[in-house]
Amino acid sequence: MFRHNATDSKERILYVKKQTTDIDSIMEKYPGEPQYLISLLQDVQAQYSYISEENIRFICDHVGVPVTKAWSVLTFYRSFNIEPRGEHLVRVCCGTACHLKGAERIAEDLERHLCVQREHTTEDMHFTLETINCPGACAVAPVVMVDDDYLGATNQADVRNYLKKL
Amino acid sequence: MERITSIQQLELLKNSLQKAKESGRNVVRVCLGPGCRAQGADKVAAAFRDTVRQQGLPVKIEPLIKETGCHGFCKEGPLVTLVPSGLFYSRVKPEDVEEIVEKTIKKQEVISRLLYSENGTSYRTANEIPFYKRQMKLASRNVGDIDPLNIEDAIANDAYQAAAKAFSSMSPDQVIKEVEISGLRGRGGAGFPTGRKWRSASNAVKKRPGPVYVVCNGDEGDPGAFMDCAIMEGDPHSVIEGMIIAAYALDARQGFIYVREEYPFAIRNLTIAMDQARSVGLLGKNIMGSGFDFDIRINRGAGAYVCGESTALFLSIEGKPGEPRAKYIRSVERGLWDRPTVLNNVETWANIPVIIEKGGEWFSKIGVPGSTGTKAFSLVGKVKNVGLVEVPMGVPLSTIVEEIGGGIPGKGAFKAVQTGGPSGGCIPYKLKDVSVDYDSLTKIGSIMGSGGMIVMDDKDCVVDVARYFLRFLEEESCGKCLPCRLGLEAMLEFLDNFTQGKGSLEDIEELKSLAKAVQDGALCALGGSAPNPMLTTLEYFREEYEAHIVDKRCPAGVCKALITYHIDPEACTGCGLCAGICPQSCITGEEKSPHKIVQNACNRCGLCMDLCKFSAITVS
Repeated sequence: MFRHNATDSKERILYVKKQTTDIDSIMEKYPGEPQYLISLLQDVQAQYSYISEENIRFICDHVGVPVTKAWSVLTFYRSFNIEPRGEHLVRVCCGTACHLKGAERIAEDLERHLCVQREHTTEDMHFTLETINCPGACAVAPVVMVDDDYLGATNQADVRNYLKKL
Repeated sequence: MERITSIQQLELLKNSLQKAKESGRNVVRVCLGPGCRAQGADKVAAAFRDTVRQQGLPVKIEPLIKETGCHGFCKEGPLVTLVPSGLFYSRVKPEDVEEIVEKTIKKQEVISRLLYSENGTSYRTANEIPFYKRQMKLASRNVGDIDPLNIEDAIANDAYQAAAKAFSSMSPDQVIKEVEISGLRGRGGAGFPTGRKWRSASNAVKKRPGPVYVVCNGDEGDPGAFMDCAIMEGDPHSVIEGMIIAAYALDARQGFIYVREEYPFAIRNLTIAMDQARSVGLLGKNIMGSGFDFDIRINRGAGAYVCGESTALFLSIEGKPGEPRAKYIRSVERGLWDRPTVLNNVETWANIPVIIEKGGEWFSKIGVPGSTGTKAFSLVGKVKNVGLVEVPMGVPLSTIVEEIGGGIPGKGAFKAVQTGGPSGGCIPYKLKDVSVDYDSLTKIGSIMGSGGMIVMDDKDCVVDVARYFLRFLEEESCGKCLPCRLGLEAMLEFLDNFTQGKGSLEDIEELKSLAKAVQDGALCALGGSAPNPMLTTLEYFREEYEAHIVDKRCPAGVCKALITYHIDPEACTGCGLCAGICPQSCITGEEKSPHKIVQNACNRCGLCMDLCKFSAITVS
């Protein structure tokens, strides 16, 4: 199990917050039109791992969309996070091919192992556990993605060992 | 590279690039499709680069390391093809690279250990392998051959020739006509004739002059399908070219490609391909000096399955939540920003250049009447040769699963094939000779869909699969219309009960009537087709549903509430691995003697079964 350390996690959150200072350079890339709302939210999320309330207001000002509309977009699409994510993103593919080969059992095992529900972040902000619908690597099912790395034809023990190294 | 300002210049460039290619230079093609990448192909490519650099080979044999898109034979990855010999190495590891450079590249020796072998026969080149033999590649013609990040490589493989032909010798009307003659039907799922779609859009613009848009649907949401991903990653130029041709036919100025964000490499490759095409004058202002302007923008999806539906996709491009609308007015008339819009799927777009280059007549002779051309499938699940295949329409299902796919691995028996993803149906073994084309599949209750083909064996429970798809759609339901939002939830409750051995036979009839209500009442096609997996499994595997409900058992040994795990005392070596890892600590036994599971503490997590190295854990 991963031990969680209070001071450590606070520092991490502060670190994430510090990054959110310069959003202008991202917004400059898009003209101020409503159609760019989703693209902007995606770019901001890619930079900061989540979209803070402050940034939502900045973006809305830029593209000329009411904040309520932006919230309806943020909550409609599955991929947006309005809370900070952990340092490492663990994504278990639950596509059909992976499902047949036991993806559900891997997801359950990770929930137990990391002491966190899927779509949530561990208390120490080290891992975020998510399930996804198919990154297209069905040939090597079951697949778990850790950050940008694919673990193909994997099992519970392999994933645990991989996470231990992070 | 200088800007291409005329069609002749493109021709000259192609010829000179082809000549350079024929100079006999060694090329190493490393497949970087998602399957191979998950097996470490990027490390293999890096090892090739390092080894070649260290060796300081003379120019003549120094190979060009090409990172290509998916070769299709994902199960045997990472795959490496050597040009000019055509040697095809499978399961290449970074450690093998030095040997390949030393022996094969320098001395032309074959390393037989790395050749693919099946039933005792080794195959030197890809074309001899049964997996490739029955295939016909049109939409994925260049995937796996070209380096998707190098436009010169694509041009040498005839990219943009069809667009040049359309610009120079065909009128917009002739282009549409050619697509009509080809009989091409949309590859995204519904199978609407592409030519007719273009014609309607063209007529709609004539009635309401103004902008018209062409859109590519790359939101391949069906879990278990990756054909479009392979095309976008491996040959982005075929999609771009297809869209340019349509833009010419409809006089569109702006196009959009909507790609789901789970495909970061597809987004990267498309972006780079478009940048390169723009810089050489094949996209953007004054394409090939013809005076025609057309540009494309990429929109990334944000993880909503429903955005694969046309009207929802348009709203998403406009920056709004993707909720479908009723299609009393078709999207060719009022689509993106309420303007006439042609939306086609990735594979459809990739077919367009072939049709223009070789003619609609030629294309219409491939396949069967009513379903012309080829179709790409991602063959996954319980089949030996998992991967990407493209076959002419009308091929029997058994050919795909048994000949190309190599049948079921291990001791399992071929039980069923799920086509068409969550909107499709389950085809049982007894119908395995059905012809794979739009109309035949619809007749037996399934659909062609976008091309996911999931093979199941006797260890897969159809009730669980039906529940899986329903849960998927229930989660993804956008919630706009009631039949889908509440209907699917209620249906799921029934299936949840069945998988727990609850419920009664009357429930099956209730479920059926509920399914009918959802089919009739849902606003969009995704909701309307949601009951299909359940209905087809119920039709073909009713006895399995009854086994769950009446006998309280899951014949396939999948449904958690109805199974128990046991340790086979003959197979167990007493290694203690399971006892150590069991989260319930309910496996007991002495070292080196068979272990036992304490049943009343077991929570059936399956960890022991998945990790046992001796297959000693059985399910009953």
